[in-house]
Amino acid sequence: MYTTDMYEGVLAETVTMTGANGDLINAYLARPLGKGPFPAMVLVHHMPGWDQWYREVTFKFAHHGYVAISPNLYLRSGHGTPEDVAAKVRAEGGVPDDQAVGDLAGAMKHVRALDYVNGKVGIFGTCSGGRHAYLTACRTSGFDAVIDCWGGRVVMTPDQLTANFPVSPLDYTKDLSCPILGLFGEEDSSPTPEQVKLHEEELKKYGKNYEFHMYPKAGHGFFYYDRPNYRQEQAVDGWKKIFAFLEKYLA
Amino acid sequence: MCTMIVEKVKIDGSGKGSQGWFRLQQANVSYDHPYDAPYEHALNIDFVNESQGLSARVAVELSESAARELVRTILSVLDQAEANGHL
Repeated sequence: MYTTDMYEGVLAETVTMTGANGDLINAYLARPLGKGPFPAMVLVHHMPGWDQWYREVTFKFAHHGYVAISPNLYLRSGHGTPEDVAAKVRAEGGVPDDQAVGDLAGAMKHVRALDYVNGKVGIFGTCSGGRHAYLTACRTSGFDAVIDCWGGRVVMTPDQLTANFPVSPLDYTKDLSCPILGLFGEEDSSPTPEQVKLHEEELKKYGKNYEFHMYPKAGHGFFYYDRPNYRQEQAVDGWKKIFAFLEKYLA
Repeated sequence: MCTMIVEKVKIDGSGKGSQGWFRLQQANVSYDHPYDAPYEHALNIDFVNESQGLSARVAVELSESAARELVRTILSVLDQAEANGHL
């Protein structure tokens, strides 16, 4: 617990890391000052892109004692304002799952190699990032915890499968190798409470360590303090659950 | 990308973006999360010219009812233009 006589410091900067197919991609890395060792988090940005909210959240995790890295999953679509880049990705139908998984696995390897990391790495994502976080935690070994915040399309119907999204993330559930925390809003349309229930049943079926919370009076993206969907009470509680979960599995 | 509902159409015309007027090449129409409009999902149209870079973009984000009304209005105006011998 923080007290006012403590020294605090965070270093946050843009770095370069190796992603899918050996591509060099940029990432935002924030870490507490001090020799550590600290646990690490890979943060997966949402559909609106590698934006200010994700930079601020990267800093937030560092402020809470984690080495946090947020890779730019949209790099291959070029550089510009986060909105212009994300608009191009939206028009392209999103980034391929294999590429996202490769980038996020690369981010995990990048932070694990840092001498001030304690060897434990979690992954957190919201919206499409929640889906990517879950998919990566299932398809990649080496994560110690995953947090899926309202990740849509974890449960996909066959008609939604495409070359970029060939397999429903739900179908990888048997391969999940770490505990999962899921935060959802009961007014969300993607994922719906029914889809979250299906996800939960699949986790139960394979004996996975999971903790799901369905918040009343909350919809999609209830952490986003710059959007009308922000729900103060639910967001505060959600962040408490996140840091309690990480304390349990990454300390 | 929570809905992934998007279609692209080639278009001709001009748009005024942050750098001034530019020739439009394509419209990307989606129903997904907007960046600014106060809805969870919106009917988004990006008028773009990819050959001029990512900033060559005019963006609108509309509510469903506004989008439907706009479509009706555009068709009505075109019908009037045709009826008056302008097309």
